[in-house]
Amino acid sequence: MAVETHLSTTPTIMAEKKPKGSPFRYEALMGYLFVAPSIVLFLLFLLLPAVLALYLSFTHYDILTPIRWIGLDNYSRLLKDRLFFISLRNVATYVVMFVPLMIVLSLSLALLLNRKVPGARLFQICFYVPVITSPIAAATIWTMMLHKDYGLINRGLALFNINGPTWLFDPDYVMFAIVMVTLWQGVGSNVVLYLAGLQGIPTYLYEAAVLDGANRWQAFRYITVPSLQTTTFFVLTLSLVGSFQLFDQAYALTGSGIGNSTRTPVFHIWETGFNRLRMGYASSMAFVLFLVIFLVTLVNLRVNRSQVDELG
Amino acid sequence: MTTRRLTPFIVGREALYYAVMLLLSGLFVLPFVWTVATSFKPDEEIFSPALDLIPDQVTIQHYIDAFTTVPFGRYFRNSLFLATVGVASNLFFGSLAGYAYARLRFKGKQSLFRLQLTSLMVPSVVTIIPTYVILRSFPLVGGNDIVGQGGTGFLNSYWAIFLPGAAGTFAVFLMRQFLLTLPSELGEAARIDGCSEFGIFWRIYLPLCRPALATLALFTFQASWNAFLWNLIVLTDPDKWTIQMGLQSFSFNNQTDYGPLMAASVAATLPMLILFIFAQRYFVQGISFTGTK
Repeated sequence: MAVETHLSTTPTIMAEKKPKGSPFRYEALMGYLFVAPSIVLFLLFLLLPAVLALYLSFTHYDILTPIRWIGLDNYSRLLKDRLFFISLRNVATYVVMFVPLMIVLSLSLALLLNRKVPGARLFQICFYVPVITSPIAAATIWTMMLHKDYGLINRGLALFNINGPTWLFDPDYVMFAIVMVTLWQGVGSNVVLYLAGLQGIPTYLYEAAVLDGANRWQAFRYITVPSLQTTTFFVLTLSLVGSFQLFDQAYALTGSGIGNSTRTPVFHIWETGFNRLRMGYASSMAFVLFLVIFLVTLVNLRVNRSQVDELG
Repeated sequence: MTTRRLTPFIVGREALYYAVMLLLSGLFVLPFVWTVATSFKPDEEIFSPALDLIPDQVTIQHYIDAFTTVPFGRYFRNSLFLATVGVASNLFFGSLAGYAYARLRFKGKQSLFRLQLTSLMVPSVVTIIPTYVILRSFPLVGGNDIVGQGGTGFLNSYWAIFLPGAAGTFAVFLMRQFLLTLPSELGEAARIDGCSEFGIFWRIYLPLCRPALATLALFTFQASWNAFLWNLIVLTDPDKWTIQMGLQSFSFNNQTDYGPLMAASVAATLPMLILFIFAQRYFVQGISFTGTK
């Protein structure tokens, strides 16, 4: 490039040099000016809080008295906090049910929708409507749906002579109920993602597979699934990060549940930090939860990468 | 497309397909239909053993009850105000920064953008407490002195909700990605004609961003309208409450008053539903856009 410029005639050099002078500095200045508002807010409400979160977790802070450094006290106390462990166990139970079901359900629905037939769009809209509903409205609707006598679910089960449980008031069933509600609310947007992924797979891959004598299952297993690798990774990451932070629906459906059966870490952090004003202690919980989420996402990344390697 | 012969097998298969799809999509909409039906049923019918979808007697009493026992009208206005301001600010600052990242040349652009992008990975639960502390000890507001002591800062004001999300990373990211798809020649031509950088952004690129702006507006509105936990934390004055907080407290105090509860849920969902009906393609486009790019 540079050599060429030197070889070219004088007028071209002039023409090329011109915009590199003061107009370029003006452009850069404007660039900084344009990103400034979002950068300032980013520094103030994301970067600073992220750093402050770690600092606060080593302090005692109750808003009313000044912040006091207490070293690792919060963390050693956390090791003996029975409720925090219960909340972690609860959310783990939830994640283990929710995430796989989310992947299977959204991929299946996307596969069903991925046909050019009349009505497919209408079906997609039906799956998407719960997504726009607020978690609180959804929870309110489902408290009625799940009522032991008048709820539609148990009335439906009664048609098959099944005596439905009390759902939200039964520690054995309440997590299933929350999984059901959150799946209902979350599937729609992932269906859209999978559908976009499916439509991005070139058809010649399937044509080649048919020529090679592959059956439908093989085509799905060796073409569809690997082609959707990026989408699955994206959906998986979003679902994991989101489901570990379960709060709204669980809170609105049951509070912390009978015998803390639906106490989630975010609920516990909220209660400790804002109801009992132990902000330093709550920060240490938030940090542990962050580490859990971080590790799980890291494992997810590793597994995905090794799968890519395996496929060559 | 070639016309296929309608063999009994194909007819059967298509019928099965539609039966399955109708059943599945029916399951997804049923809770809404049931909610709307319940909100118009008199109490005797709500608690009757019959499973009638259409009420024998239509009543709007539950709506009147809901709106008179709790100031839903006020919550509605509060939420509408916050959502509108949030949308306007995200559209403007998001596309302004997105334009700079996509089209302007300045030192450190890539690293700045990457830094902002990594923040999407930080789970919100981590920043809740420190953000609260920062807003509370903001200097010179809400009775605070120069070092941020003495008052309550931005707490219990709409600034506490507006500021942290006024120019969200998602907005910047979405607008940058979209602006990258527009030809840079448009700006170059205007630049030669002596147009200012802001003029190029405002008069040439922004009007071309309509589809992305629509998507961003919808997502921002949805996030703001449906927000709960953060509002619950920073707003203590019931007069400032938002619609979801109102619905939650109403539902907490009227556990099995299903009529008014469902009426309130319908009212709280209606604005989003109307937006969705008129603009559903922007929702769908937006999701596939952010997921694939």
